[in-house]
Amino acid sequence: MKTDYVNIGKRLPRVDGIVKATGEAKYAGDLSLPGMLYGKILRSPHPHARIIDIDTSRAKALPGVRAVVTGKDTLGFKAGGIAVQGDEPYLALDKVRFIGDEVAAVAAVDEETAENALELIEVSYELLPPVLDPQAAMAAGSALVHDDMPGNLSVKTDLSYGDVEKAFASCDYIREDTFQTPAIRHGFLEPHAALASWDKSGKLTCWASKQSPYFTYRNMGKSLGIPPSRVRFIQPYLGGGFGGKNEMFAVDFCAAFLSMKTGRPVRVVASQEEVLFAYRQRHPTLVKMKTGLMKDGTMVAIDVEIIADGGAYASIGAMSLYHMCTFPAFPYRVPNLRARGRRVYTNTQPSCAMRGHGAPQVRFAAETQLEMAAEELGLDPVEMRLKNAVHANETTGNGFKVTSCGLTECIEEARKIAEAWRGAAKAHQDPRRKRGVGVASYGFICGPRLAGHNTAAALVKVHEDGGIALVTGSTDCGQGSDTAMSQIAAEVLGVRLEDIRYGTLDSEITPVDPGVFGSRVTFITGNAVRLAAEDARQQLAEVAAGMLEADAGDIVFKDRRVYVAGSPERGFSFDKLVKTAQYSGTGKTILGRGYWAPAGLDPPDFKTGRGNCSGAYSFGTQVAEVEVDVETGRVTVRRLAMVHDCGQTINELLTEGQLEGSAIGGIGHTFTEVIIRKDGQTMNPSFLEYRMPTALDACEVRSAHTTTVDEVGPFGAKESGEGIQVAITPALVNAVHDAIGIWFKEIPITPGTIVDALRAAGRPKGENP
Amino acid sequence: MKEITLHVNRQDFRASVEDHWTLLDVLRNVIGYTGAKKGCDKGECGACTVIMDSRAVQSCLVLAVQAQGKEIVTIEGLASEGRLDPIQTSFHELGAIQCGYCTPGMIMTAKALLARNSRPSRDEIKEGLSGNLCRCTGYVKIVEAVEHASRLMQSGD
Repeated sequence: MKTDYVNIGKRLPRVDGIVKATGEAKYAGDLSLPGMLYGKILRSPHPHARIIDIDTSRAKALPGVRAVVTGKDTLGFKAGGIAVQGDEPYLALDKVRFIGDEVAAVAAVDEETAENALELIEVSYELLPPVLDPQAAMAAGSALVHDDMPGNLSVKTDLSYGDVEKAFASCDYIREDTFQTPAIRHGFLEPHAALASWDKSGKLTCWASKQSPYFTYRNMGKSLGIPPSRVRFIQPYLGGGFGGKNEMFAVDFCAAFLSMKTGRPVRVVASQEEVLFAYRQRHPTLVKMKTGLMKDGTMVAIDVEIIADGGAYASIGAMSLYHMCTFPAFPYRVPNLRARGRRVYTNTQPSCAMRGHGAPQVRFAAETQLEMAAEELGLDPVEMRLKNAVHANETTGNGFKVTSCGLTECIEEARKIAEAWRGAAKAHQDPRRKRGVGVASYGFICGPRLAGHNTAAALVKVHEDGGIALVTGSTDCGQGSDTAMSQIAAEVLGVRLEDIRYGTLDSEITPVDPGVFGSRVTFITGNAVRLAAEDARQQLAEVAAGMLEADAGDIVFKDRRVYVAGSPERGFSFDKLVKTAQYSGTGKTILGRGYWAPAGLDPPDFKTGRGNCSGAYSFGTQVAEVEVDVETGRVTVRRLAMVHDCGQTINELLTEGQLEGSAIGGIGHTFTEVIIRKDGQTMNPSFLEYRMPTALDACEVRSAHTTTVDEVGPFGAKESGEGIQVAITPALVNAVHDAIGIWFKEIPITPGTIVDALRAAGRPKGENP
Repeated sequence: MKEITLHVNRQDFRASVEDHWTLLDVLRNVIGYTGAKKGCDKGECGACTVIMDSRAVQSCLVLAVQAQGKEIVTIEGLASEGRLDPIQTSFHELGAIQCGYCTPGMIMTAKALLARNSRPSRDEIKEGLSGNLCRCTGYVKIVEAVEHASRLMQSGD
């Protein structure tokens, strides 16, 4: 492995760290324009109702109100995560489908006037029976969330390979369990916000809290009836996304539409309460999983049925369901699999992608069931993982072509950590506070190839002082991609990170990009940046070759110096080369460009689930140690270890940050977080009642990675953003079992469920299991 | 509307405010300091934290009129004479910042904490920061950054 990098793999502070530390970084809600109006959105108080009439006359008459709009005023465009499935108008057209669905919007001279105007809008509803339970929703005779979608079926995926029936007949051991996961929050702190300004030339400029701005660029065009080239999207800093800010929402549409109506800039900022009851969530799932094994632990077959509660609209649900059907097996070698996925509409908040996208739910089921089977068969679950782990250069049954793979090393390293921790945990002889250690593994994609556009691009401009301007179409949601991209450019051009100026995404001038989802930026945009920097370097190398009387191919760019390979004294500084290129003869402007997407992929077939949707796959194994207080049921996570294969790390500091954020977030997902609903009403739309981890939950997190280098990834890198979220919950669930001997098939595992389970198991408080 | 004077970041600002306007809204919308963030507007996330008379307060829970006559410091006033506060440099250098939305509030909470306890233990830091939410970092590097800043301030660096 190459190790003499100047920038790659180093612990370098992020390029946007200073402006964030000083409060100078501006987020969408911080921006304002002269003459700006304030927008507010009226939301449905009913989970399911038909709109009979909307009377906006009193609202319009309120002094200070400049416009009131409803769905009838719009073109009626319906959005969908996958274009063919559009079913979600930005303002309701005929029905409202969940409490919080958007009905009307107001622009006024200040926020209070806009809020007061909302109260003056009179909506007559015909109440319809709400569809709240996904299983009941599928039954004949259920009311329909969308009148044209029978059985409330949003998407279905039937994936099958091998011969499942025959395989089960040959198994030594079969078990079947049902697992359940709740609706949870993305949990970003920055509420959705958009500022839009329409001008009379027919151009819209907008700034919004989007992690995939080109979704908004396209849907702005479609929903407003203007070509996307007339939409100028400028990226402000983004206060977290985690999958919940991919799509264009009503907040964005209303800012733009109200600006069109009023001729003034309009800003719409959602309240956090609105975010929590009216925007997206992770799909709650019911996973019925049957696994067949040989008695030595070889996995033979999986038959899994998944019911995912999609909420009121399609969103990106087809992709979510595809992941849910694929990841019950991956990262293990399972020759026979049948997955039946059903994503069902209900009258609740729409479900969408969230960090790990569909994989966390089913890996919780699969990794827990694997340990349950190992226990019954008397096998070491870690050995079982090693026995079934996929290896490099293997193709899985559904068509994933695994290239680089460090899974075996991850499991082996995790085993060492788990054994050391388990020794200490077992030596801890406190009958009340019992300790246990758990392990789980994952595999993930590095940017999914969907049916649409998949190419990332980058532009490099070399300034005459040797500074480099770099732009791509990817967004830094906080994960640090601006920094990682800058490091790649710096390494190729032989300069340092501080020489790179990472530019603002601006759809008018920066390249189109699919967006920030499916852990794609390092792998895909990173390669585009590499190519753009190589293009610029080649142009400079030709100039240097003339100056040094050498071949362009022999020119080395290293640490701000340019010289002939093998003769470091035959050279000069990088900035001297740039100046010479720019000023000598007719002059040369150095502009590098690159675009890239992995070649030879098969986009997933959402009906059958087959396809090789990623150019590489990441892997990892996670270890958790918990302490369970058997009196109170309270679980304390003592420490976590994240052993992962993300290929060559681009930035150690940022990768650790990803691992730690995922680890601590996973504690919340496992033990405290759940959206509570009653009759379709979200009962905990606040951070006080929806409990995310706090600094008190920040336990020791150990990070370790394998030395895998991917042949295709930039400098050998793969993803490290989402896969790492996938196996934490099962590692924690397995650790709780190790501590108290009880399996939990439903999360969150609250103190109450632990106390009840201990009681049901006939183990009075404090008694050894 | 009421005319008030607020003393923010060593300067006086005159502002016309309604009685029910919060300090956060006046800082952001009237004075123009947008560093304090409106994460929840009800005292649950800590992103709007500023220092008022040496104590960290959630500025969404303070009325602007209550802040008259108080010494207010926001994230914009932390660097002095162009030099970043050791807490700011520690957050930057130790990777304690990701999306940055919680960062101003986190840093102001840490500033008040270190002012009253210059050598906090790890548990005291966690306790001190427990009113500030962060979804990105898992707090691990934030706690390390506050520890590091405490050491920097001890050594007078």
